[in-house]
Amino acid sequence: MVLPAGTTAPDFTLNKSPDATLSLSELRGHPVILAFYPADWSPVCGDELALFNEVLPEFQRYDAQLLGISVDGVWCHKAYAKARNLEFPLLADFEPKGEVSRNYGAYRTKEGFSERALFVLDVKGVIRWSHLSPIMVNPGADGILAALEQLSQPAGAGAS
Amino acid sequence: MSRLMPPLGSRNHTVGPDEAPVTLVEYGDFECPHCGRAYPIVKSVQRSLGDELRFAYRHFPLVKVHPHAEHAAEIAEAAGQHSKFWPMHDLLFQNQTALEDEALIAYAETLDIDPVWAARALAQGLFGDKVREDFASGVRSGVNGTPTFFINGVRYDGSWDAASLLEALVVAAQ
Repeated sequence: MVLPAGTTAPDFTLNKSPDATLSLSELRGHPVILAFYPADWSPVCGDELALFNEVLPEFQRYDAQLLGISVDGVWCHKAYAKARNLEFPLLADFEPKGEVSRNYGAYRTKEGFSERALFVLDVKGVIRWSHLSPIMVNPGADGILAALEQLSQPAGAGAS
Repeated sequence: MSRLMPPLGSRNHTVGPDEAPVTLVEYGDFECPHCGRAYPIVKSVQRSLGDELRFAYRHFPLVKVHPHAEHAAEIAEAAGQHSKFWPMHDLLFQNQTALEDEALIAYAETLDIDPVWAARALAQGLFGDKVREDFASGVRSGVNGTPTFFINGVRYDGSWDAASLLEALVVAAQ
């Protein structure tokens, strides 16, 4: 089962390029969208990452940072991001293979790749929404936007 | 379940009676090859269902992969201002490989729209907001690629070959 809302998102440090890493904790202070997905190089027009790439301006209205995560290696990610003009980081959950995906309950041990799973984290790094899609179903971005919208509501922001 | 938001209103382009028992909405991109394949299929279900069907089209240009999709959507809206949205929609899908600005302006001219005005509409992005509104509504509605169809307001995730789409529409109309 993917980690549910209310859980503190496990921190991680993964390569975002052949020579740079990114730690989740660096993004504290921003909402974060984690998009685990099975593999680079799936078909174009109906592709989840291509859709999210188009929707980036909508995410940015909420100051949210989108991260794609799969078990593909850095060079594969680099070629894929370039070919698809992706304007957000792809992280390589490559060594130990799938460890971060496992920590989020988003790994398919039998096949050896990540689930198609989404997490929306608040500014403190707590998961506020998570969603597991069937592997062949592009979930769309409506769930993410609804979660971001809820995060941006002032209610529950700490005034007890 | 993903639902169409907002529902169809006066700002939308529709064909068929408002009181038709089934409404099909397509979110499309004039440069998307899958939408190009869907174009004759939609025409065929329109022919089959006649006044039983209302069809609407909203823009969902995938501009990062389709460099001409935004202006193609805008020229359709520009034509819409002259009540020529559907003729332009058809021209664009019939000429998917010729969507440069000069071609778009030429299509406008064939529909008796002043080409100088059409060129200015594209250059100044006069219809950009309308296209972006459609895109944003698509994101909210759970559009997950192009084309994405909604039948009576609910996202249709089934196959959209002519037989499957027609069957789904007939069922929804009952």
